Parts: sequence; C-alpha cells; structure tokens
Amino acid sequence: MDLYQENILDHYKNPRNYGDLKNVSKSVKESNPLCGDEIKMDFLLENGIVKDVKFSGNGCAISQASASMLTDEIKGKKVVEVLKMGKEDVLDLLGIDLSPARLKCALLSLYAVKRGVGGERNS
Amino acid sequence: MINFKNIKKEFPILKTKVNGKDLVYLDNAATTQKPKSVINKITEVYENYNANVHRGIYSLSEKSTEMYENTRENIVKFINAKSIKEIVFTRNCTESINLVANSWAKNLCMPGDEIIVSILEHHSNLVPWQEVSKVKGAKLIYVPLLKSGELDMDFFINSFSDRTKLVCVTGMSNVLGIKTDLKRIIKSAHQNNVKVLVDAAQLAGHSIIDVQDLDADFLAFSSHKMLGPTGVGVLYAKEEILEEMYPYIFGGDMIRSVDKENSVYADLPTRFEAGTPNFADIIAFDEALKFLNDIGLENIEKYERNLFLYAKSKLEKMKNLELYIPENHEICGGIISFNVLGVHAHDVASILDQEGICIRAGMLCAQPLVKDFLKENAVARISFYLYNDEEDVEKLVTGLEKVTRIFE
Ligand SMILES: Cc1ncc(COP(=O)(O)O)c(C=O)c1O
Repeated sequence: MDLYQENILDHYKNPRNYGDLKNVSKSVKESNPLCGDEIKMDFLLENGIVKDVKFSGNGCAISQASASMLTDEIKGKKVVEVLKMGKEDVLDLLGIDLSPARLKCALLSLYAVKRGVGGERNS
Repeated sequence: MINFKNIKKEFPILKTKVNGKDLVYLDNAATTQKPKSVINKITEVYENYNANVHRGIYSLSEKSTEMYENTRENIVKFINAKSIKEIVFTRNCTESINLVANSWAKNLCMPGDEIIVSILEHHSNLVPWQEVSKVKGAKLIYVPLLKSGELDMDFFINSFSDRTKLVCVTGMSNVLGIKTDLKRIIKSAHQNNVKVLVDAAQLAGHSIIDVQDLDADFLAFSSHKMLGPTGVGVLYAKEEILEEMYPYIFGGDMIRSVDKENSVYADLPTRFEAGTPNFADIIAFDEALKFLNDIGLENIEKYERNLFLYAKSKLEKMKNLELYIPENHEICGGIISFNVLGVHAHDVASILDQEGICIRAGMLCAQPLVKDFLKENAVARISFYLYNDEEDVEKLVTGLEKVTRIFE
C-alpha cells in the first residue's frame, strides 16, 4: 500500500496542535539524531486528564504526521488511558503498515507522549 | 573500449524486481552488488575445498590456505604495496581503523597530544580517534572544508605542532564525493614527522591506489564496497610500522609458540589475525579484484565521472532540489547528495523505494559534516558504480518528479 496516504500528507502539511503551550505541566523532547527527526511536546495535565497538548518539530512526514494525529487523539483523554496506548494505536491512526526502519519515525511521538504524561519510554 | 552495457549482466541482483519495479541500485557507497564470479566463488569454496587455513596438514587445508594467501598477494599488487607482510585482513574498514587506534595510537599518544582529522570523515574514521583521545587525554583537531570542496590546506599545514601524532583523512567523502589531495596531505604530514592514515573505503575499487606513490603509512578499506563479499576488510600498513605495533586481539593463529606463561607471537601479518579468518569470503574477494582489474580502474573512474556529470546536469534542471555539489566539482567521484525542498530525505527515499530505486537518506554516518557543515538534519544521496547507467539516472529523475507531485 502507498505509504503517503491522503490523511498522512494532510496532517504533515497542516499539522494539528502545532506550536507551544503557554501553561505547561511538562515539556519533552525526543529525537532520532541519525534520521534527523525531532519532536517537542508541551503538556497541560489537570486532574489526571490531558487538558491540552501541542507539538513542534522537524522531520519526515511519517514522524510529523504521527505527532499531529497522536496529539489530536490524546487531547481530553485520561492519563491512565494514554499510558495504555502502544505501537498498534499509532499504526491504527496512520492507517498503514510500516517497515521497521520507518516505524522508528512513527513511534517518536508516542515516546514523547508517554514521557510527557509521566510514563517511561518503552515500546 | 570497455562496453559498460554488458557489465550489468554480470550482476544477478540487477535483474530482480523491487516493489514490482526493476531494481535501480544507487546506494553503492553503502555497499556494492556482487558479480556472478564472486558469488560462484563462495559456493566453490564451500563445495570443494572448505578447510581451515594455516592449520591442516592435509591437501584440502593446503588448498584453502593457498587460495587465501593468493588474495593477499593480489591485494599487494592492487594497491602496489611492497609485500604481503603489509596486508592484514580484518572484518571491514572500520575494524582496520580500530586496529591502528588500539595497536598503534593508544600506545603512542600521551596527554596533550593531537590527532588531526578532517570534517569530511565518516564516523568510522572519527569515533575511534575520539576514543583514543578520551582514553589518552589527546585532542582532536578538525580540518575544515572550503567552499570549493577542498580541505583547507592552509589550516591543515598550520595545525601541526610537536604534539601532533597522526593525521586521519578520507580519500573520498561518502557524502560529497570529494576526493582529497592525499599526496599533498601526506607530504606535509611527513615533513612534520607525522604519520597518515587514509580511509580508502570509498576510493578503493573506484580509483587507482598506489600506496608507495602516496607514501601512505596506513590505508584501510572494505571488500564489500568494491564488489567483494561482506565481512572482509584490509589494513595496509608499512612493514616497519606494523613491526612496532602490538596486537590487541590474542589467540590462535597469531602465535608462533605458546607455553603456560608466555607466548611468542607470529610474524607479520598473521600476528594481527587472531582466530579463524573469514577465509571463504577472502578467497572470493580475489574474484572482485580480478573483475575490477579486467575492466581497469582508470576506465571505471572515467565512467563514473561521466555518469556524475550526466546526473548533475539532469538534477540541476530540476527546480526544487538543493544539490550539495562543491564549486570545484572536478574533484568529485560518483556521489551526489541533495535534498528535495520541503521534503525530508527519508520521505524521498521511501517514495523512490516504491519505484524500485535504492538511495540512502539521513546523516550518512557523517553527522559532523551533515549537521555542522551542510547544516542539515538529513540528506539524500545517490552513489554510482560501474553497472549504473544513464537510464538509472533518468528513472531517478522520474522518481523525484513523483516525490514533488506527492508533496505539492
Ligand atoms: C568513507 C567511509 N569510511 C569508512 C566506512 C566504513 O566501512 P565499513 O562499514 O565497511 O567498515 C565507510 C562506509 O560506510 C565509508 O563510506
């Protein structure tokens, strides 16, 4: 299947939740230095809920589109729910299968999310 | 005249399809494809005379030993070394460099000593020297690149001090294709009584290498980047230097005699080849040398250069590309790095992959060069070899047009 589906390109060209948050509970950065993908995410957490989240970054369409989709997905969700999310959830959002090399790009924002809401980095 | 058209037929993999498309292989700087003769040789060894080298008294072992040493002799000729004592087999170019770092540099460097490297270096010719510097308290000095694409020779010549112990420089950049002026570099280093290690990973199999003419002290390369099998590297070092070096891997094969407390180490070069070597692949490597010699390195260099010029002219016509080609591109071999404006290099590579085209994307194992000199987070790279042709370049251009369309 074509990697560059309409929805991925759309999120890449018009990223949702892009920028910085004024009120920040936690801000995290993740990167794949050898690929050149970078993601920064700001989180506002209140009463166990992801009240707001924004990201900014630099990198391939897969990494940036997943950040856009993922921030959309977790906004308003309970932290405990977010902590349960895994690789499959990201792939579901993207709607494609990825080779191991490209999976790294897609999971970068998941790592950022996990750290941002208090969990540890694990895939 | 060599007919390069027929060469493609010698490489079985070039007939395969990738994602339903004819394979267009443009990642030769990473590794090259193998001709039938090399592939067949590996089978021949295992089917006919597989036996450990330098150990058996029986004829099978004698045969494999003879074939194994035959490759070494042909490497002597290939780079015009003086004798087989100067040729050490390793696993790859990286291991060859690490051998020099561990067995030579670490024993020699003292706190405050200096090692000169260039900004062009591949991580394989950087990280070992960072490690030596860390352990021994030495300092790394980076020679910068001029806009022309040449190393800053004034900076280089002025960077010598009485603490300079070694110069480590690539013969050809794996990112920009730039060939360095090795003769001049080595000459000025020697005037300062400093030894030079040449990383010839991209040069070997693409240009003639004459270690005596260069007067190189160390020269490292990998078989897999010059049509040969993976798992075979070569370290050339002048005999008198190897003679002074102390091994850093110990065990079987590298000894002459062993008693309970002490051992006497073997003569050169086996002193540096502990354990069973990758003899099957080393034997097959000889077929790669033969293939290259039959065509002639001068012809290969000229052919790649023409392909470079052809690709350059085609790519320059595309409006949305940033090409990282130095002003003085005369010094470049068959490598071009670029970016499609507004598209990450990984996306470029993924879309080309769907068209059967293999290119490299990312930091290209040269983070200081890509990040600090090109000021990029990632680049895309094409690299040619003797089986590539103008049709490959045309398919690349069509692929890049598709990239542009998708990201419009
Ligand atoms: C310039 C240069 N040096 C060293 C190396 C390392 O070669 P190998 O991975 O075979 O050890 C490479 C290959 O990637 C290279 O391009």
